[in-house]
Amino acid sequence: MYDKEFLNSLSKKVKEWEEQLQAELKKFPERSERFGSRSGIEIRRVYTPLDLQNTDYLNDLGMPGEYPFTRGVQRTMYRGRFWTMRQYAGFGTAEETNKRFKYLLQQGQTGLSVAFDLPTQMGYDSDHPLAQGEVGRVGVAVDSLRDIEILFDSIPLKDVSTSMTINSTAAILLGMYAVTAQKQGANIGELRGTIQNDVLKEYIARGTYIFPPQPSMKIITDIFEFCSKNMPKWNTISISGYHIREAGANAVQELAFTFCDGIAYVDAAIKSGLDPNVFGKQLSFFFAAHNNFLEEIAKFRAARRIWARIMKERFKVTNPEALKLRFHTQTGGSTLTAQQPLNNIVRVALQALAAVLGGTQSLHTNSFDEALGLPTEESVQVALRTQQIIAYESGVADTVDPLAGSFVIETLTNEIENRVWEYIEKVDSLGGMVRAIETGYVQKEIHNSAYEQQLAVEKKEQIVVGVNAFQTDQEHQLKNILKVDPSVEERQVIALKKLRKERDNDAVRSALKNLKQAAKNGENIVPYVFDAVSVYATLGEITDTLRDVFGEYTESMIL
Amino acid sequence: MRIFRILIAKPGLDGHDRGAKVVAHALRDAGFEVIYTGLRQTPEQIVRTALQEDVDLIGLSILSGAHLQLSKKVIDLMKKEGIEHIPVFVGGIIPPDDVPQLLQMGVKRVFGPGTPLSKIVEEVKSILQEGVASTGGS
Repeated sequence: MYDKEFLNSLSKKVKEWEEQLQAELKKFPERSERFGSRSGIEIRRVYTPLDLQNTDYLNDLGMPGEYPFTRGVQRTMYRGRFWTMRQYAGFGTAEETNKRFKYLLQQGQTGLSVAFDLPTQMGYDSDHPLAQGEVGRVGVAVDSLRDIEILFDSIPLKDVSTSMTINSTAAILLGMYAVTAQKQGANIGELRGTIQNDVLKEYIARGTYIFPPQPSMKIITDIFEFCSKNMPKWNTISISGYHIREAGANAVQELAFTFCDGIAYVDAAIKSGLDPNVFGKQLSFFFAAHNNFLEEIAKFRAARRIWARIMKERFKVTNPEALKLRFHTQTGGSTLTAQQPLNNIVRVALQALAAVLGGTQSLHTNSFDEALGLPTEESVQVALRTQQIIAYESGVADTVDPLAGSFVIETLTNEIENRVWEYIEKVDSLGGMVRAIETGYVQKEIHNSAYEQQLAVEKKEQIVVGVNAFQTDQEHQLKNILKVDPSVEERQVIALKKLRKERDNDAVRSALKNLKQAAKNGENIVPYVFDAVSVYATLGEITDTLRDVFGEYTESMIL
Repeated sequence: MRIFRILIAKPGLDGHDRGAKVVAHALRDAGFEVIYTGLRQTPEQIVRTALQEDVDLIGLSILSGAHLQLSKKVIDLMKKEGIEHIPVFVGGIIPPDDVPQLLQMGVKRVFGPGTPLSKIVEEVKSILQEGVASTGGS
């Protein structure tokens, strides 16, 4: 970016400056001998153009909306439209969650994001023995199309964009959503939203897998194929680094393992005959925003550049729309503390600001009480207001990629990129991500990183305000913690039993039989799932049908 | 001196196992023998493992909000199997209001988010001491 002569004179100047500094350092030593980020990148005292001598502006940054998209996926970014403010919500029954959705929309939220309870994520109906105690706890309970009809009652699905955090049972929930929208009079080709549908990260970080990796990959490519034909505006996957980060990975590992997952999906889809120029447009990503402000901003910028290069160089994609990395961000749940919970408002604000400076397309801000339980209406309102203050009051959204050209931000962006490539090569050498997961390599890397981080907190190498420094004796007690009514489970089970009686059970049996046959024959199962859903087959019945064909995965123990 | 055996278990459907694994690792580094069950164990499986492995202590990790039901089930089953003398501790996202109820059930300690590993190790030692004292040593 700079000419040789200038860099030579600058280099001399920096040397001089360093020499003069030595005497000063003896008198006034720095706070620490070494400054570094959690991903092991050393943070230097000062950055200058010398650090960017190998950066080629046009090739490495380019203009916003152009390859390699380091500066953003759109030309105008937030000058055109703010990111989607999408608060993740769901608890109890569909009725209760429907009320929370309407509350959030009324407060100015611009997209819906559904949290499902664990039985729904695992393919168990609410009356399954393993569902006991879990119904409606960490998300809304969904057993059948009826629940989804109630969940989106009086919310016009043709107008909102909905993100659903659902993986192993994604095809079923997508079916329920699409059928509900049709019943409302919408054309499914117009629907906008995202299903998470990222199963690989379930094996390494989040645990809600059902089937073994190979059939899981098959279901995912079935969804790619179905949506590229029938639901072209729908994001068919949200390849998620968020959970990898929350499980203990550092920023570099978060990107690296997410992209290794992404490569595996693209590979699988190409092998099944799909064109990455087409399905590539419907891939989306999901990252975490943690506390190290500079590193996080650089991470998001590096992420766009790396994915664009993967798609172009590795998969020979030419369609610019399929080279763009679009992503949702959530502030880091695991960074929140139960101690002095109001401090979390500040953490969330900084993390959200990093996401916006990094160019996110959509953002969820955590509520300050989440280390203690599910958020209340009050705490979720503060979280949403945090986004609105950044958007409307801070001015950071008025120019595109405001921190570009900062010596430290560009240097960190480059360093993160280099380290991510090293991991991708390592996983390639192990035979790809599915293989690397099966051997436990990825899980072990993440676990070691989690343990190292905890030890750093114990040794006070890493300060957590209110936890290992600046503690107070009198802990602020939150008066309001959301409790899920224990009668939710009972009500849900009664409704489910009633449904099983009232529906056309012959139609259900026949739909499930067809689904089973299709799964056995290796056909695309999505249309069969949609058929089963529309006659009110339950989530558990559909999953059991697939379990019979595909089997279940058990993890290999890594410690 | 014999080496105490500790079972770290993840009951229920919750797949967030970072805390369970980190605590297991710390206990192992502190010199205990640690058995980790892996994800999604039913209370029956946990109690069976405790019996088969002849453990001295059970730690349950629950982040899904189902801690009251799941802890109760484990403790009830332990009584049924006659192993209620094995102490149980619970860790995870546990609202402070629920702690007294867990202790009343017979849970020895509850560790919320942010508890230092050193404190967990220390408390585990003290729980085991209590056990040794009450049975007159073994």
